[in-house]
Amino acid sequence: MADLRTNLAGITSPNPFWLASAPPTNSGYQVQRAFEAGWGGAVWKTLGDPILNVSSRYAAVHFNGQRVAGFNNIELITDRPLEVNLNEIYETKKKFPNHAVVASLMVEPNQDAWHEIVKKTEAAGVDGLELNFGCPHGMAERGMGSASGQVPELVEKQTYWAKEAAETPVIVKLTPNITDITATAEAAVRGGADAVSMINTINSLAGVDIDTWRPIPHVGGKGAHGGYCGPAVKPIALNMVSECARNSRINVPISGMGGVSNWQNAIEFMLMGASNVQICTAAMHHGFRIVEDLIDGLSTYLDERGILSVQDIIGKSVPSFSDWGNLDLNYKVVARINNDVCINCNKCHIACEDTSHQCIDMLKDPKGHAILQVREEDCVGCNLCSIVCPVDGAIDMVELKSDLPPMTWNERQSLITSLKDHKVTK
Amino acid sequence: MSTSEPMIQREIQKRFNEVTPPLTNQEAFQESQRCLYCYDAPCIQACPTGIDIPTFIKKIASGNMKGSAKTIMTANPVGASCARVCPTEELCEGACVLNHSTKPILIGNLQRYATDWAIKNDQVLFKEGQPNGKSVAIVGGGPAGLSAARELALLGYSVTVYEAEKQAGGLDTYGIVSFRLPKAISLWEVEQIENLGVTIKTGVKIGIDIPFHELLSTNDRVILAIGMANVPDLQIPGENAEGVYDAIELVKMTKDAPFPSHLKDKKVVVIGAGNTAIDGATCSVRLGAENVKILYRRSEQEMTAYDFEYEFAKQDGVEFRWLTQPVEIVTNKSGQVTGMKCVKMKLSEAAEDGRRRTEPIPNSEFLIECDAIVKAIGQKRHLSFIEDLGIAHNDGVILINPDTMETSNPKIYACGDVIFGKGQGEAMVVSAAQQGKTAAYHMHESLKETYSA
Repeated sequence: MADLRTNLAGITSPNPFWLASAPPTNSGYQVQRAFEAGWGGAVWKTLGDPILNVSSRYAAVHFNGQRVAGFNNIELITDRPLEVNLNEIYETKKKFPNHAVVASLMVEPNQDAWHEIVKKTEAAGVDGLELNFGCPHGMAERGMGSASGQVPELVEKQTYWAKEAAETPVIVKLTPNITDITATAEAAVRGGADAVSMINTINSLAGVDIDTWRPIPHVGGKGAHGGYCGPAVKPIALNMVSECARNSRINVPISGMGGVSNWQNAIEFMLMGASNVQICTAAMHHGFRIVEDLIDGLSTYLDERGILSVQDIIGKSVPSFSDWGNLDLNYKVVARINNDVCINCNKCHIACEDTSHQCIDMLKDPKGHAILQVREEDCVGCNLCSIVCPVDGAIDMVELKSDLPPMTWNERQSLITSLKDHKVTK
Repeated sequence: MSTSEPMIQREIQKRFNEVTPPLTNQEAFQESQRCLYCYDAPCIQACPTGIDIPTFIKKIASGNMKGSAKTIMTANPVGASCARVCPTEELCEGACVLNHSTKPILIGNLQRYATDWAIKNDQVLFKEGQPNGKSVAIVGGGPAGLSAARELALLGYSVTVYEAEKQAGGLDTYGIVSFRLPKAISLWEVEQIENLGVTIKTGVKIGIDIPFHELLSTNDRVILAIGMANVPDLQIPGENAEGVYDAIELVKMTKDAPFPSHLKDKKVVVIGAGNTAIDGATCSVRLGAENVKILYRRSEQEMTAYDFEYEFAKQDGVEFRWLTQPVEIVTNKSGQVTGMKCVKMKLSEAAEDGRRRTEPIPNSEFLIECDAIVKAIGQKRHLSFIEDLGIAHNDGVILINPDTMETSNPKIYACGDVIFGKGQGEAMVVSAAQQGKTAAYHMHESLKETYSA
């Protein structure tokens, strides 16, 4: 079996699956249950000045019968006294010395406040600290969470303050509610962060009840924006991880999270540069037992490929993630329909006809059977038909050999510029 | 202690309750999600009435139940009945593309779910058209007649339906066993059509109570949708004995409580092997018959009942005696059936129509003891009535132009079972519904120029 042990800026854990700082890590009871189930680490629900919560806190987005495609919450950080949490952290760490216990922290942007909480928390025996600059609701209105996390200077300064006091690794957790997450990631690195983690939740309103016209969820008839997570946010999170991973100024490890629901998702995040993954919504949907298949699936994946350690896949896809301007304009794929497999639902035809490039014809074969055929000369290789096709193997996207050498947009532009220059000098 | 009559009735009622349970909300939602929403979907093409099936299923998925029911009933005015009686595996479900990958969508059950919703929620789905000053008489209030009436009412015609029975609905009301199609469903469809201003005169026999020519002279057009008549005679000795029943009449008796007790603890033989024979047999079982046998002079391969009906009868404990030809009904002194004398048959080579003929095996006569005999060897036609109309027919099958449903008299249209046979038409309820629509549209086309408006 492949070695699943991971190391995030010196914080080691038996496997890359951590519970994210959230309701599942609210108490020692829960975190210990999670470790017993097999989770490699846990980021404790954010410590700070205990808050008051509201009742009716979560809402989910269900899509076409699939429950919890996305998840929204308006719960705040821990509502339990700091001492209670620290005692339970101490007990948990004692019982599970090889598991990663990281404390998430959030205080007002003040040097003394950061020094105080960092010292107290480290005294409880945590393996590391995660600064919560991401929580988008409630705490942000008080100048904390994403209110801090959206301002690079505040990220840098507060990271610096935490680092002044910290003896364990400091992870800075970033908010996605910003145009360019690399700006705040770079700020965290400038402040001395040992690692960055992303993404926190995305500002969201889960829905509106069309019978009562109230927001979902509502608190006595009134709602406020929450934080969105779950499978629907994975592509957003994956992009942000990837953008940070390929940025040379963000030269610290990344803990990836945002919609990770299965071992395949975890592999994707790690290939795109995450040293481990954090998970919350999937556990809230199904319970801690999901970690069994996360570990099993990952392990089998690595074994089948002869990869000895999970750490060997970290960042392996980063070099292939670039800017649009570096993509080959002469690369060409086209759709090919396998009529033996096709069940003639005609979804590819109507998708192409109405919304793409009108290149899939509904025809009859010599025997009079309905068939679908792509006019390859008109196909732009957009993938839409293969996306809407409900049958595996009915549509292949086939690579065509190009007569032209590879040429990216950037290369093309520089070539044009050089030709112009050439003319001028002539 | 003897069981009280109401208790017995309640017990029998249970046996006549619908066999197939309705889909639950959750089941319907999940099944509707499974539909691929095909473009140019083969299920639509396979439906004789052309119901836009992907659309009505999509509407179940989106929670637009009224829209779903309306989509169904727009294309098929007896769509609630058809949801239950259509041979879906031969039509829509048989055409579902998912047959080639997983398993077909339960289209019939979803159609039932949507129409049940409309029934339960007392929905008004249609409004009658602006009156156009034209009137149409429809003879026969079965699926074909009702379907034509509904379409004509939407187009603004003044429509009167003449129905010989106490209630309209025809086959759907009287001829399909309750455990497949409860009477209330058919009567809801009738009510929907009445709500559009269609007058339905029940208990009126044209040709007896009102002469046909009167309809012809007082209306712009007449539609004949008179269906078929009773089961013909077996033409063997003993035909009139006490204990010989007509399968169609038997089914009709079970469509309403109180249920008859004449087959309780009786040994019943059913003659024939079509869907009506199955109905006669399964109704007999439910009425408390001790033993039910179906006798058929051909073999299992030739039987015309749908496979699922055959399976259903076997589940009910109905026994089948193949290659068995009844030759004489045996009675006791008081004229009560005591048995059926039969001969064994053997199959010969296939004839021109591909069906194998049978011939009796000499000296193979034997007796099957029984107390009751249910005839189910097809249906007679209203031959003398049809002959009096002076329109072209072939042995009681009215000849029509299949594109327009027009008979040899351009003022008379015909649809439904009355045109079925001799290689013309289809026997299904859903085909009758489509023929009714076709008759209405072409009649409308032919009358367009004469509008007062």
